[in-house]
Amino acid sequence: MSTTLSTSHSPGGGPLGGDDARRSPLTRLQHLLHAQATIGPAVVLLVSVVVFALLSERFLTPGNISLILQQVAVVGTLAVGQTIVILTAGIDLSCGAIMVLTSIVMAKVAADTGLPGLPALLLGFLVGTLCGLLNGLLVTRLKLPPFIVTLGTLNVFFALNLWYSASATIRGTDMPSLLLWTGQTVNVGGTRITYGSIMMVLLVAAMAFALKNTAWGRHVYATGDDAEASRLSGIRTARVLLSVYATAGAVYALAAWVLIGRIASASPQAGQLDNLDSITAVVIGGTSLFGGRGAIVGSLIGALIVGVFRNGLALAGVDVLWQTLAVGVLIIVAVSLDQWIRKVKP
Amino acid sequence: MTTPVLRARGLVKRYGRVTALAGADLELLPGEILAVIGDNGAGKSSLIKALSGAVVPDEGEILVDGRPVSFSSPLDAREAGIETVHQSLAVAPSLDIAANLFLGRERRRKGVLGSVFRMLDRNGMREEARRQLDALGIMTIQNPGQAVETLSGGQRQAVAVARAAAFGSRVVIMDEPTAALGVRESRAVLDLVLQVRDRGLPVILISHNMPHVFEVADRIHIQRLGRRKAVVDPKTISMSDAVAIMTGAMEPPS
Repeated sequence: MSTTLSTSHSPGGGPLGGDDARRSPLTRLQHLLHAQATIGPAVVLLVSVVVFALLSERFLTPGNISLILQQVAVVGTLAVGQTIVILTAGIDLSCGAIMVLTSIVMAKVAADTGLPGLPALLLGFLVGTLCGLLNGLLVTRLKLPPFIVTLGTLNVFFALNLWYSASATIRGTDMPSLLLWTGQTVNVGGTRITYGSIMMVLLVAAMAFALKNTAWGRHVYATGDDAEASRLSGIRTARVLLSVYATAGAVYALAAWVLIGRIASASPQAGQLDNLDSITAVVIGGTSLFGGRGAIVGSLIGALIVGVFRNGLALAGVDVLWQTLAVGVLIIVAVSLDQWIRKVKP
Repeated sequence: MTTPVLRARGLVKRYGRVTALAGADLELLPGEILAVIGDNGAGKSSLIKALSGAVVPDEGEILVDGRPVSFSSPLDAREAGIETVHQSLAVAPSLDIAANLFLGRERRRKGVLGSVFRMLDRNGMREEARRQLDALGIMTIQNPGQAVETLSGGQRQAVAVARAAAFGSRVVIMDEPTAALGVRESRAVLDLVLQVRDRGLPVILISHNMPHVFEVADRIHIQRLGRRKAVVDPKTISMSDAVAIMTGAMEPPS
């Protein structure tokens, strides 16, 4: 019996050998996108920039680029937190609410008590992290679906925000200047770039590094990919999830700081739809809603694509409603592409 | 008499009113392949889960090299040198081969990059992964940077086996390693099982496939109704007799 079944393990052959000679161009594209999910969004961004530059000469002016970057900074920062949550096969609907609550805490504490900028900022980070931690505890301890948990906390945090702020906006003039610093600009080659935009880029770089080069990053991917397999492999998945939600909370606090600088005030009504916008950026950026696949840089590109589309279409004189429609189509295309990429065969 | 590398005595595990293990024993001797066979519900899975730390038995004891141990998680069993290849393989499909080999025990770079920036030693892990796969004669396949989900079923199994063989210092447990594979791939995985044994690591092999069991096993542990019914020698017993003992149609020879 053993002789009839036995096969050799000669190089290149054998039952455990693979060959990729017989692939069609389409399959090869699928494999390329599978290995590098960011390529798709990067090409879309590049093409849309070229197209909009041809449609309007104002598109590539320093002033307009600066505007796009400012518009993208808040959602782009939120998207960093959203990405790590989605990588674990979760979703965070409460990110906008955490951001707004945190911005109100930072601004109101400073305005009411005269607390200096730095402690007010740190207090905000503490609140954001605790909000994220609460999400994480509900997901890991009560084992509730992240969608439900964050749908609930979205309302809880938003109500707390309305209560604490008494639904009143805190003006920038009542705050320490540090809280408004993210709205200050620095001149980079003729383009005025806000510190908030720069912080977003640095945050993306730092998170990309952590995801790619640390064990924590690998555990985030593995947990989202297959939680049970990760547990059997010795990964403490509950701890990974807690760290992800708490980190996301801290990132939303950073987004709150960027938001205050952007609108030069703290408004309890700001950023109402930013949770959905951040999910849009993540999805268009090639991160899979099913977890375990994607990259943080993709989310930045995704946020930029949305920003470029809205801005470019506006410059081309297209009505806001068609801008929104275009973004909707982008989302569906991005998710369809993801489904296709996931069907990659050996 | 040699001390068993791994020994279980009187393991009991109840799930509500169902008794999965009713005082099960098991002995694994150095350098052997011990096959565990049994009908559905005989307690094979529970026995293996208890030995690999995935479940905590209600009663009984587990001894590694003669010393009692208690596993409260798969990590504890791993620290004792017991590696398990689960039927589900426990791999993260979107991560590459090297990342899966080191999943849960990643190595960091030396110096500040590792201690302060927590940087992984990617190249070191890839090289080690290649070495491990080479040692098992399966690195003719691909590069260790390839995502596991692009591999075939047999190749994934090979990755899981390589991981167990690389880190198992005392025992490798394999749960139905050929269940989902075709004839050729099964053949290759059985070769892997033999190679692991030939490297000196004793193997516990759980399988439903009698020809596979009879081909590679040194001894066969027959599990029935939550207990060890018999341990038989595949060279002196026929396949049909083993199945008869397993199903209760025959009493084991004394």
